[in-house]
Amino acid sequence: MGDNGKLLSVENISTHFFTEDGVAQAVQDVSFSIKNGKTFALVGESGCGKSVTALSIMRLIAGPQGKIVSGKIVFDGKNLLDLKEKQMRNIRGNKIAMIFQEPMTSLNPVYTVGNQIVEAIRLHQKKGHEQAWADTVEMLHKVGIPDPERRVSEYPHQMSGGMRQRVMIAMAVSCQPKLLIADEPTTALDVTIQAQILDLLDKLQEQNGMSILLITHDLGVVAERADDVAVMYASRIVEVAESKFLFEKPLHPYTQGLLRSLPRLGISAKRLQTIAGTVPDPLHFPTGCKFHPRCPIGNSDKRCQSIEPGLRQVCDGRCVACWYAPGYKTEQEKKNTN
Amino acid sequence: MANTNSYLLKVDDLKTWFPVRKGLMRKTVGYVKAVNGVSFAIKGGETLGLVGESGCGKTTVARSIVRLVPATAGEVIFEGTDVLSADKKRLRQIRKDISIIFQDPYGSLNPRMTVGDIIGEPLKVQKGIRGSELDQQVAMLLSKVGLAPEYINRYPHEFSGGQRQRIGVARALALRPKLVICDEPVSALDVSIQSQILNLLKDLQDEFGLTYLFIAHDLAVVEFFCDVVAVMYMGRIVEQADSQELYHNPLHPYTKALMSAIPEVDPKLRGKRQRLSGEVPSIMNPPPGCPFHPRCPLAEKVCEAVEQKLEEINGKRHLVACWKSREH
Ligand SMILES: Nc1ncnc2c1ncn2[C@@H]1O[C@H](COP(=O)(O)OP(=O)(O)OP(=O)(O)O)[C@@H](O)[C@H]1O
Ligand SMILES: Nc1ncnc2c1ncn2[C@@H]1O[C@H](COP(=O)(O)OP(=O)(O)OP(=O)(O)O)[C@@H](O)[C@H]1O
Ligand SMILES: [Mg+2]
Ligand SMILES: [Mg+2]
Repeated sequence: MGDNGKLLSVENISTHFFTEDGVAQAVQDVSFSIKNGKTFALVGESGCGKSVTALSIMRLIAGPQGKIVSGKIVFDGKNLLDLKEKQMRNIRGNKIAMIFQEPMTSLNPVYTVGNQIVEAIRLHQKKGHEQAWADTVEMLHKVGIPDPERRVSEYPHQMSGGMRQRVMIAMAVSCQPKLLIADEPTTALDVTIQAQILDLLDKLQEQNGMSILLITHDLGVVAERADDVAVMYASRIVEVAESKFLFEKPLHPYTQGLLRSLPRLGISAKRLQTIAGTVPDPLHFPTGCKFHPRCPIGNSDKRCQSIEPGLRQVCDGRCVACWYAPGYKTEQEKKNTN
Repeated sequence: MANTNSYLLKVDDLKTWFPVRKGLMRKTVGYVKAVNGVSFAIKGGETLGLVGESGCGKTTVARSIVRLVPATAGEVIFEGTDVLSADKKRLRQIRKDISIIFQDPYGSLNPRMTVGDIIGEPLKVQKGIRGSELDQQVAMLLSKVGLAPEYINRYPHEFSGGQRQRIGVARALALRPKLVICDEPVSALDVSIQSQILNLLKDLQDEFGLTYLFIAHDLAVVEFFCDVVAVMYMGRIVEQADSQELYHNPLHPYTKALMSAIPEVDPKLRGKRQRLSGEVPSIMNPPPGCPFHPRCPLAEKVCEAVEQKLEEINGKRHLVACWKSREH
């Protein structure tokens, strides 16, 4: 086991893409850790670097353009970045499994879904074909696919969007991973099936002590399921907290904006609230705090415009990166007050 | 039905069945009745929402309307023309007027084309726009969906999931279609971008009188966005009403279950969600009578025997296919 019940700790990871137009710093100096048996959520606007963070952990960043340029990823006491590709292949899909954001990119169109799951099971477990097939049908049943005996022999294109997503989920959990990385696992699913899938993940968590890195933009799901949450903005983590505290009192202006822009049932408005502006492109990040151009405080503040605040602990278990967050002090200021 | 002329699209008793084949001879042993008698109509400039469980047939309705899959029976009338029997030439015209934002953004973008080509192609082919004007229009579309115009020379794999979805939105809007079928256009997007895209779709509707068929499973989004909402279950519409009416007065037990399953953004309410009990029945062997009866809290003997028709209940354009719901 890792130290202090930590299964995974990501330490100062930076991942860059070297494109023709310049270097896209998709993930910058990101650190967080996931405890055994807990669910850690990563949220943030489209393009902020969530999937690249996940793919970095899996070591699936496509070279030669993409590269993890610094940091450590410690899983079960080992730095994954030191492993040979062959050793990594033993971990991938086995101890660490991932549900990818787009099912069609990870399902092979020319094989039936049954064959794909059976193959995944047999790659990592000593099971005969028949046993693996039976497990597959059982798993499809658990993720709520009606008629699993028939569906198991279907090709991906014969299934609806949500069914494909569930096939992905079945494949990912079929090897009982210790860490499940779920990148937007329920976006294509309606609320009733979503609840069923999340219940299934809960159950696996209870039975096998599985940890989950949950990437989602659905703050409802986060509120309901996550133990801890990290909010990402423009390649960096800007706030980390236990989920109950985050929703009660978001500290970063960006987190506050995110919570305000949620559509809610029964509150019909002419327009939805949005955070004005868009996430900056990693090739053209603004100076200072990257959120300052969209921030009600930062857009007219000299310090926000010129110096980027780092992620700091402001009180027990809460970290934030904002000059104006309550309790946010530089090392210098901390010394002075002591 | 009222004056048909005010409807841009009218779908009447649409059925799309997929044959299930078995054995060496690929004999047809049954059908997946993905869409099994769906009727609705959308007025010009309005938005109809189609919601329902995964696999209930929403995407198949969309694809059948533009003949990406062949319908088995029924009628689809667009601007007075029957789409299902239109000849090639007319179909091409119709496909200019009806565009689709697809559910799977990655699968629907050609990986070998740059974003500029993907969005610009329909403008080039259909409208003959070239050169700097084309670049300008593409850049304008990109910024409308919240992407930097500098992205124009990048390939789809260089984008995040949500960014790819927005490329699909930009492409669908390029030709200024009359009807846009949005298949889960925002479910892959975070709330902030989601709101921006929905606001954008609304603005475009006001500006150009666009009509939308809006497919989603997020009821909060549908309430905000749609004038009329139809709820689908196993290939049929089980309830339909004006958006406000449906949310304040849901009648079908399935609609009620859908509403109570929405997660609240409040950790204190954990575990309080109501669940639909029972399993989604096999679509190949649908249960007799009302297809929802095996999971329905109100079901009685008759529900197993008699299939329910979609009927108006209270003169408020509220239709429901459940006799228990009509009792009140
Ligand atoms: N192969 C690549 N080449 C260049 N840039 C890339 C590549 N992959 C990702 N990026 C860029 O890195 C940034 C982060 O992308 P990422 O996929 O992690 O976003 P995300 O947070 O998962 O967003 P979403 O919610 O939309 O999925 C984006 O700006 C994206 O354009
Ligand atoms: N090409 C096909 N061949 C065979 N069956 C198909 C085909 N396309 C769809 N189906 C089946 O039709 C049914 C309805 O699928 P459809 O994609 O319309 O569902 P949906 O309501 O869009 O679901 P989701 O919310 O998951 O996208 C499913 O049972 C699906 O497996
Ligand atoms: Mg992503
Ligand atoms: Mg669909």
